[in-house]
Amino acid sequence: MESVHASIPLSNFIVLSSILFSIGVYGVLARRNAVLMLMSVELMLNAVSINMVAFAVYTAPTFFVGIIFAVFVITIAAAEVGLALAIVLRVFRNRGTANVDEIDTLKW
Amino acid sequence: MTQVFFYIMAGIVVAGALGVVLVRNVVYAALLLIVSLLGVAGIYILLSVEFLALVQVLIYGGAVTVLVLFALMLTRTGELKEKLDGDQKPLAAVAALALLGAFFAMISQTTWPRDINQLTVVPFGDIGDALFNRWAVPFEIASGVLLVALVGAVVISMQEEGER
Repeated sequence: MESVHASIPLSNFIVLSSILFSIGVYGVLARRNAVLMLMSVELMLNAVSINMVAFAVYTAPTFFVGIIFAVFVITIAAAEVGLALAIVLRVFRNRGTANVDEIDTLKW
Repeated sequence: MTQVFFYIMAGIVVAGALGVVLVRNVVYAALLLIVSLLGVAGIYILLSVEFLALVQVLIYGGAVTVLVLFALMLTRTGELKEKLDGDQKPLAAVAALALLGAFFAMISQTTWPRDINQLTVVPFGDIGDALFNRWAVPFEIASGVLLVALVGAVVISMQEEGER
C-alpha cells in the first residue's frame, strides 16, 4: 500500500468536523422551518463522515471501515432526505405550515 | 501547500455551514448548503479518497440539494415575513458552543496510539473490492432501504381526494 507523507495532521480534520457538527447542532436547535432543520442535519451527517474518513486513512488504512461507513451514511442520508421531505410536503398540504412549532397535534 | 488548500477548503465549508444556519432567506440557505457540501468534497480529495468526493458531488451537490430546493419551493407560504428561527436561539447558541468546547477539550487531551501525521492512500479498487465482498450484505440491504424509502416517499406525497 502506497504511503504518502502529508503535512496536514489528523487533528485539523477532527477540529473541522467538530466545528461543522456544532454548527449543525445550532441549526437544528435554532431553526423552526422543517426544511432548514433537515439541511442542518445534513451538515451534521457530513461532519461525521469527514471524521470517519479521516480516522480511516490516518489510523486504520488496512481495513478502511470508515470509508465504507461514509458510503453507507451518504446512502442513508439520501433515503432520509427523500422520505423527510415527502412528510414535510404532506404536513404542509394538510396544515398549511412547515413551522415545527405549529405542528403540535401530538402535544397534550 | 496542502496545508493552504486545507485552510481554503475548511474556510469554504465552515462559511457555507454558517450561512445555512444564519441567513434569513431560505433559498440562499439552500444554495449555501451546496457550497458547503462541495467544500466537503474538496476535503475528501485532500484525504485522497477520490471515490467519496465523486459520490459527494453527485449525491449531495446534485440530488439532495435539488430535492431541498423543490421542497422549499412547494412549502412557500404567501407571507414574506416567515418565522424561520425560534425564541430559543440564544439557548441554542450556548448549547452548540458548549458542545464545541467539549469537543476541543477532548481533542487536545487525547493521546494517539501511533504516528498520526502519516496519511495512507487507500486505492480506488480496494474500496470497490471491500464493498462488494466483505460488505456485500450491508450493500444489498442499503439498496433495499433506498428502494423502500423512495416508494414510501411517493406514497406519502401522493395527492388524495379532498386535499388541496
